[in-house]
Amino acid sequence: MCLGIPGQIVEITDAARMMAMAEVSGVRREVNVACIAGADLNEAVGKWALIHVGFAMSEIDEAEAAETLEALRHLGEAQEELEAMAAGQAALEDAR
Amino acid sequence: MALRDERVTLAHGGGGKAMRDLIEEVFTSVFQPDAMEDQARLVSEALCEPGARLAMTTDGFVVDPVEFPGGDIGKIAVCGTVNDLAVGGAKPLWLSAAFIIEEGTEIALLRRIVASMQAEAEKAGVRIVTGDTKVVGRGSADKVFITTSGVGVIPPGRDMAATKVRPGDVAIVNGVLGDHGAAIMAARGDMALSAEIPSDCAGLGHLMQAVLAAAPDARACRDATRGGLASALNEIAEAAGVGIEIEETALPLRPEVKGVCEILGLDPLYLANEGTLVVFVPEDQAEAALAAMKTVPEGAGATVIGKATDGPKGRVTMRTLFGGGRIVDMLVGEQLPRIC
Amino acid sequence: MKYAEEFRDPKAAKALLARIQDVVTEIGATKDKPVHIMEVCGGHTHAIFRYGLDKLTPEGLEFIHGPGCPVCVLPMSRVDECVELAEQEGVIFCTFGDAMRVPGTRKSLMQAKADGCDIRMVYSPLDALELARRNPDRQVVFFGLGFETTTPSTALSIQQAAREGLENFSVFCNHIVVPPPIKALLDDPHMVLDGFVGPGHVSMVIGIHPYDFIAQDYGKPIVVAGFEPLDLLQSVLMVLEQIRDGRAEVENQYARIVPEHGNPVSLAAIEDVYEMRPSFEWRGLGEIDSSGLRIREKYAAYDAEAKFGIGYGAGARVVKEPEGCACGAVMTGRMKPVQCPQFGLGCTPEMPLGALMVSSEGACAAYYQYGGARAAEPAE
Repeated sequence: MCLGIPGQIVEITDAARMMAMAEVSGVRREVNVACIAGADLNEAVGKWALIHVGFAMSEIDEAEAAETLEALRHLGEAQEELEAMAAGQAALEDAR
Repeated sequence: MALRDERVTLAHGGGGKAMRDLIEEVFTSVFQPDAMEDQARLVSEALCEPGARLAMTTDGFVVDPVEFPGGDIGKIAVCGTVNDLAVGGAKPLWLSAAFIIEEGTEIALLRRIVASMQAEAEKAGVRIVTGDTKVVGRGSADKVFITTSGVGVIPPGRDMAATKVRPGDVAIVNGVLGDHGAAIMAARGDMALSAEIPSDCAGLGHLMQAVLAAAPDARACRDATRGGLASALNEIAEAAGVGIEIEETALPLRPEVKGVCEILGLDPLYLANEGTLVVFVPEDQAEAALAAMKTVPEGAGATVIGKATDGPKGRVTMRTLFGGGRIVDMLVGEQLPRIC
Repeated sequence: MKYAEEFRDPKAAKALLARIQDVVTEIGATKDKPVHIMEVCGGHTHAIFRYGLDKLTPEGLEFIHGPGCPVCVLPMSRVDECVELAEQEGVIFCTFGDAMRVPGTRKSLMQAKADGCDIRMVYSPLDALELARRNPDRQVVFFGLGFETTTPSTALSIQQAAREGLENFSVFCNHIVVPPPIKALLDDPHMVLDGFVGPGHVSMVIGIHPYDFIAQDYGKPIVVAGFEPLDLLQSVLMVLEQIRDGRAEVENQYARIVPEHGNPVSLAAIEDVYEMRPSFEWRGLGEIDSSGLRIREKYAAYDAEAKFGIGYGAGARVVKEPEGCACGAVMTGRMKPVQCPQFGLGCTPEMPLGALMVSSEGACAAYYQYGGARAAEPAE
């Protein structure tokens, strides 16, 4: 349900209608920014948001994103160490 | 210049002077057939070699819009038919072109289309030797439809066929996937997306000659047009009775194509290409084939994407990013943009 | 692609899968006695198959594919009403591509288009608004479909139309909400769910607290999850850890997108434009109280049901499911797609009998397309 994709707001196109250009991986589409805009519409420019059916639905919290990624990275590294240890153990046993 | 009209009228299809003017000024002055006869009369030394075979193909072309970034319907009509000959191992030689033209179509547009056909034909080393025009009432066609037929020669001893693919054979594509489908979708404007994605529309005759020189035992080749790479692979897997496994991480994709796919929920494996092929070669010739592809501009982005296996017959699978597997099935109907 | 591709890192996936295996073992779940986790959202179902996660997770973990696919739960009668609207003189009927192939009792929208109706596939309700501006002599009807994620977009579009006085724009409202069907599932005595992966994009609108009842009243864990594969795996792990620890909480894995209390602008727009229907029919689940929205009286001019006299309130609408269609049983998790006698025989993506085979988020279509599960072969 609800395909959404992160995009960056690059310019305001129609302030009266709360419309702005968003960019996703080099593809541009005009989107409505009412849900993420503050009092000053121009502040939306540069923000990253989750885009769904032509609406910037939610601003991406960069700190939260970094935190989640950091936790995932730690997990990945720990796993690699475990695997390296297991591989070393196996090599030792093979040598015996 | 007898042709003064700006737009095609039904008179241009009436068989009289107006039609003759249109044909002479717009078409034959550019294509320059040998004679104005109802058929082309052709001689080929290549065909005289014992064991040589004639290859023939035909294809109808409809595109909306008729002009798009990276090409137009004329370019596709030449490239598509050249490619259908080339992927079978034939050297493309001659093309015919039949035009169904909608009343009201700008003659300047026809001229641009014809010019791009001729340019592409020269590039591919083929000649457009015969043709036809018809004019239909407004609304009975969308500007212009083109049917091209092509004739080429397969040299003695060459026999490429999807049935010949064996487990272990390596699958190589010549470049990025899905550009044409994404370019057309953006150009059509229905989804109001703008992206600088040119269609990959290109003739692949020279590329195939290079591949076949380097990998003479190349088994089979398909251009991944409608239905995309997924459909081409499924056809080969089924015909050869082999499994095919491709690697998700190996698939070459332009970031903008990925963007279009993410936004509209499309799978790039099913997007159309007009200058992308997949060729299966024996493992020991794979490196040579890959290197040969990279020597021609259309093969600069060539890469190995997978191989034929003795897995379930007729089934195409993809190893995902994480090593999980999923089936890559034939496309059902048309790929529609989705929100879910 | 920023904020998307980082969450597809295979190394981290491997680590998460190893942890999931460990916790499943600690719980003591096995192939014969698995732990059941429902991914409520069809987007998650799609991601599971798209990335082959079902083949990578341990046997002791079973995914139950939930009702969170708006196309799949759309009753046939509503498709019929779409066709009826599209057939009205002068109407341009706009829809998301998802709904085009869903069979109605007479025809699908795709067939109606072939029969001459002016049906346009659009990416956004904004595109329908633009069509209305450009075609003042036509009536543009937008098929408003979807859960809370999509509801703000049509609400904001209706508000915009009202501001502009665009009288030829209306919405055929089929918006539904997520919590009531979850409650209905939890109340089902046959249900064997141990926990939920919650739909992240719904929560970016409504926040995480509408799910409190799942933890507090039913004692089941739920983790609101993102849609990238690592999001999904991490959320599954978080649900499993809650089960192992005997906790039942509402957790938020998708905090980069989901604010605890949702999006105030979206919520205000929904509140302004929509009100709850007393009940709404869900395919396979029947009528569920307070589960669907309708357009408020003050926006009646933009309500296609009121404008054309079609839909709820226009008389009895009893539509039977097609013979042999078991979408309901599959939807509620009572039956696996491959156990349906019609699966791959009378019901294929080419000739779908039920909605679950149509939408790419439908469990049956996902099994068929990605799982390679065909009727002729032994079920997985």
